Amino acid sequence: MKDNSTHGYLDMDLLRFTTAGSVDDGKSTLIGRLLYDSKAIFDDQMEAMEKASSKRGTGDVDLSLLTDGLRAEREQGITIDVAYRYFATPKRKFIIADTPGHIQYTRNMVTGASTANLAIILVDARKGIQEQTNRHAFIASLLGIPHVVFCINKMDLVDFDEAVFTRIQKELEDFSSKLEVRDIRYIPISALKGDNVVDRSQRMDWYQGPTLMYLLENIHIAGDLNHIDRRFPVQYVVRPMTEAWHDFRGFAGRVTGGVFRKGEMVQVLPSGFQSTIKSIHLGEQELEEAFAPQSVVITLTDEIDVSRGDMLVSPNNMPETGQDIDVMLCWFNERPLQPGGKYAIKHTTRDARCMVKEVKYRMDINTLHKAEGDPTIRMNDIGRVHLRTTVPLHFDKYQRNRSSGSVILIDEGTNETVAAGMIL
Amino acid sequence: MHSYRLTHLKELESESMHILREVAAQFERPALLFSGGKDSIVCFHLARKAFFPSRVPFPLVHVDTGHNFEETMIFRDDLVKEHGATLLVGSVQESIDSGRVQEETGYYASRNKLQTVTLLDTIEKHKIDCAIGGGRRDEEKARAKERVFSHRDEFGQWDPKMQRPELWNIYNGKKRPGEHFRAFPISNWTEMDVWQYILLEKIPIPSIYFSHVREVFDRDGVIYANSSFMRLKPEEKPRQMRVRFRTIGDMSCTGAVDSPASTLEEIIDEVASSRVTERGSRMDDKRSEAAMEDRKKEGYF
Repeated sequence: MKDNSTHGYLDMDLLRFTTAGSVDDGKSTLIGRLLYDSKAIFDDQMEAMEKASSKRGTGDVDLSLLTDGLRAEREQGITIDVAYRYFATPKRKFIIADTPGHIQYTRNMVTGASTANLAIILVDARKGIQEQTNRHAFIASLLGIPHVVFCINKMDLVDFDEAVFTRIQKELEDFSSKLEVRDIRYIPISALKGDNVVDRSQRMDWYQGPTLMYLLENIHIAGDLNHIDRRFPVQYVVRPMTEAWHDFRGFAGRVTGGVFRKGEMVQVLPSGFQSTIKSIHLGEQELEEAFAPQSVVITLTDEIDVSRGDMLVSPNNMPETGQDIDVMLCWFNERPLQPGGKYAIKHTTRDARCMVKEVKYRMDINTLHKAEGDPTIRMNDIGRVHLRTTVPLHFDKYQRNRSSGSVILIDEGTNETVAAGMIL
Repeated sequence: MHSYRLTHLKELESESMHILREVAAQFERPALLFSGGKDSIVCFHLARKAFFPSRVPFPLVHVDTGHNFEETMIFRDDLVKEHGATLLVGSVQESIDSGRVQEETGYYASRNKLQTVTLLDTIEKHKIDCAIGGGRRDEEKARAKERVFSHRDEFGQWDPKMQRPELWNIYNGKKRPGEHFRAFPISNWTEMDVWQYILLEKIPIPSIYFSHVREVFDRDGVIYANSSFMRLKPEEKPRQMRVRFRTIGDMSCTGAVDSPASTLEEIIDEVASSRVTERGSRMDDKRSEAAMEDRKKEGYF
């Protein structure tokens, strides 16, 4: 564990991944194994789990108790929300967004997927592709997760048979050709016995690829962010008005795309004014350049009006600007989407209102077909919707930039977040 | 051609700064809950970075149980002075004196539960619409499911089943009059991340995090610092011991660890090889399996 402490930490990076699956596909076992083998489960947590397991009379220590934190979940033996878990190896820190796989929890899967670099989708080797496999893969693709790993689990129950793995991989490849995921991997594992999770399986010498842990530690993620299109949504204007910083006027924000360099020209949206970057600050430190996902303060050489909700961009690489946007919408609320209804909308740091002009179709997420007939969008449905906003938004397509291409809708009566939208 | 890559600590820092700025932009009267513990110290450091060269645009709030480690109080006052911060104190003693709460009695008397009332009163008194806290999701199971922007109703209650979905880095801070939010900028940090960041950024922390000799006694497998606030059972004999604290809270519920670690590097090595979570020595969590969830529902941090 030495490398994990004082010595190696300056060179570690961060991988966020999501796991989706139902109770019986071995997801809890897999997560438990990753956490246990990386020593992220502590003795007092183990003790608490043993205590709870024996109280429930479940015999073996139930690793799902580790993630099912709320009383209602424990009482009903279900997961009702996204649970975040953390572990680290000497190479990387990992954040797991663990989401339940039941159909009614699409909203949790979407939430967990929204920030993930990678998705692990478990497939039971005995059952092959299930309806929910398709659903998970589709959501991973829709939410723009760059890497998807299909773990063909329970290989121990099919005698570690290569033919079973090859057949399932072939089926998954056929299905995945319809998706927009750049990088798809297939690994035969047994989460229960530990084969190909952390240690290479002795019983599947026909598999030459990496173990799951090796993949998680080494998959290339630095290229996942957009370092081409310069986008800097302004969050907050920093004006110290002190003796030492009398005329300082800086724009605080997080780079969501491209690289901003000192001395380069930028354009402010929506005003259209152009200026040059005078300085870039990260706390007391001055930087020559800033890139996604850094949070910095940028000052300009000219005194022009810039406020929260504006965006600094490159004059020769502009986002789209408009009040009519087409989105794939995931609906989260018990009250269905109201055609013609008005909602508050949040896009980067900009707040506006919008009206639902048209529901184009609802998606059947199990078959990936457009559902004909009734276009009502209810809780956990996904559909293509045309929105008209009160002010112009400066956006990119979601598949090009997950930050400048995403919106959320808020019910103006209850203030609840009712939907997430990916701009098409 | 160099690669545009951030280390995990720099990525976490960037995320936290973004959250702190969203709080400052979306709320009228936010405040940072400051206990003098390492997590709130890191939050304050991140806030200074997020708004530099401006001062941190919100006050610090300390919910003072009256059962403090003296070293923490000195640290708090020095920090406030050095950075010109505004400090608001909510006193549990005042809540007791005014009859808002009743002091627990017996050997296990703790003011931990009482401070929820003081916290909510302080929030109301100063019309705070968002209280920023140093809670982390790796600390406890109920925290693992709490949002970064956590909505509280007019009674300050958290309803885990009614939480708003939180996607990407878009935070919904919309609320009705009388309601408020809790915001957790270091949700995604682990105990190890916090220690590594303190080392990386050379952030000062109170001396009791480092190994020192003090008078302690044992109770239920936990080592407690002896003080005038503690009522000892007849069989409990105080003794001198070399200890340090892994977390800092109210003296009546914070356990010490037997440790020789006297530098940040040594603390990090110790945390890395530890087999018990940092809350393992917190009596307040051991009361029941859902202790934290229950306290949070009532309005706890």
